[in-house]
Amino acid sequence: MREDQTMSKFSLITKGLVKENPVFVLVLGMCPTLATTTSAMNGLMMGLATTFVLILSNIVISLIAPRVPDKVRIPVYIVVIATFVTVLQLLMQAYLPSVYETLGLFIPLIVVNCIVLGRAEAFANKNTMGDSALDGIGIGLGFTLALTVIGLVREILGSGSIFGLKFIEGDGILAFVMAPGAFIALGYLMVLFNKFVAKK
Amino acid sequence: MEYILIIISAIFVNNILLSQFLGICPFLGVSNKLNTAVGMSGAVCFVITLATVVTYLINQYVLVPFGLTFLQTISFILVIAALVQMVEIVLKKISPSLYQALGIFLPLITTNCAVLGVAINVVSKEFSFGGEAHMLNLGEATVYALATALGYGLAMCLFAGIREHLSMNDVPKPFKGLPIALITAGIMAMAFLGFSGIV
Amino acid sequence: MAAKSTLLNMVVCLSAVCLACSAVLAVANAVTLEPIAQAQVAKTNASIAQVLPEFSGDAVKGSIEYAGVNYDYYKAEGAGYAIVSNVTGFSGTLSVMVGVDLNGNVHNTAVLAQSETPGLGAKCTEEGFAAQFRGWDPAVKVLAVKKDGGDVDAITASTITSRAYTLAIANALAVVKEITANEGGSDNE
Repeated sequence: MREDQTMSKFSLITKGLVKENPVFVLVLGMCPTLATTTSAMNGLMMGLATTFVLILSNIVISLIAPRVPDKVRIPVYIVVIATFVTVLQLLMQAYLPSVYETLGLFIPLIVVNCIVLGRAEAFANKNTMGDSALDGIGIGLGFTLALTVIGLVREILGSGSIFGLKFIEGDGILAFVMAPGAFIALGYLMVLFNKFVAKK
Repeated sequence: MEYILIIISAIFVNNILLSQFLGICPFLGVSNKLNTAVGMSGAVCFVITLATVVTYLINQYVLVPFGLTFLQTISFILVIAALVQMVEIVLKKISPSLYQALGIFLPLITTNCAVLGVAINVVSKEFSFGGEAHMLNLGEATVYALATALGYGLAMCLFAGIREHLSMNDVPKPFKGLPIALITAGIMAMAFLGFSGIV
Repeated sequence: MAAKSTLLNMVVCLSAVCLACSAVLAVANAVTLEPIAQAQVAKTNASIAQVLPEFSGDAVKGSIEYAGVNYDYYKAEGAGYAIVSNVTGFSGTLSVMVGVDLNGNVHNTAVLAQSETPGLGAKCTEEGFAAQFRGWDPAVKVLAVKKDGGDVDAITASTITSRAYTLAIANALAVVKEITANEGGSDNE
């Protein structure tokens, strides 16, 4: 019984990595996925920023959900999420100004990231605080993993470096750092994911 | 002249979908059929323009004078949510046929990041259209929002047209559905890259 | 599970949440106000230290109007001037800090803010492009991209950004001349 419980808690975290990966399987949050993954570092940072908001909003929403009237729940959730996003914005401006500048517009846009509102609606409002926090961590890590992988691929092909460390002289295939490369890299990664991971 | 540059730049050069990556979710979600894509584009055009004007005024006359810019994100998203709701109610009353056409797309627009993205961009970024970089005034902001929305519609409808044809083709199994759509979008984005540098 | 939706409790609930959230944000804003200001100052100071030779003491901030545009600059005693030069790049403003030493040569440059295309114009922040301006003597080398008959190696496929960057440096050099001319003038009086 007890083992079962720890197992299910553990699976709350791991399911976001592969089985319910928010990018490759649920196909949510496409805008930051495509826009901020010009390098592995940017993808990682964007993923962590989203995870931060996801965990906190999941916790708060699981706590207040029983008291919120059904008809106004979506506006309430959005206000809660927007609050944490703004807190994140202020903290990043204060302590990580260069990262904030790179990610720019996509930090405030976490508010309308379907992943965050989606988890609030699908999980946090009917589960306990602890489980919601774990769900936030799991899905957040899955998102971070996906963004880092896409960023890594685009960085290797586009600028010939890994996490900023150059391994070739000069430029890579420039298109991969630019807009078209984002779509194409994500498309082919999804193909690989479909082929090898999802369908055993 | 400046307005013409704004329009060309927003529709082609900095296309909101293909070069700024805003509003991708509905782009991939409802672009299976051409007529739903047209409906969605219409609704987005309407809301983006309206939301940008309203949030611009709020920012200019409420948030900035009272030093409340830290409430920007939260107030903008509330305004957009309220606006979408209002548009829905008004449309239902005065033009039921238009409501029929756009109705189902309206609730989706609140979480379309193109709307919030354009609203935030307009009040926080300097733009340059051939001349000096500067903050937009209300007139320019309105034109910019409208043109951006038209660019959104253009990319969306082109993409839906391509996808309608794609669905009839024999696509390898792992590519079926989204992957091939994304790769198609990538090739479209490459075509739009050709516009860069003309403004 | 969820509470019943009556008009009263909907209004109460929404207002309560909005109030609570605004309060949280007001506190967060107050707490981070100081660190944000400090982060900005630290960034400016780091840029000054990067673009000028080593100097002791603090750089003194000033501003000057040149050709109808206002320029902020920092004067470091015994080292030179760091000019904040804003130009229009490929997309939006390109803000460059240009360090000019006492001989009127460029010591180094640093990008303060840019929104150029990643992978193309954004490369102006990288060593490969910026290094060529170190120790640039405007009397010896012509400050214009090679396409325009100068000596600046432009970034591949980003001539507009390269031109803007070059223009920012040229403006800064002109501003320094203006400053020293003014100071020289006041010394004589």
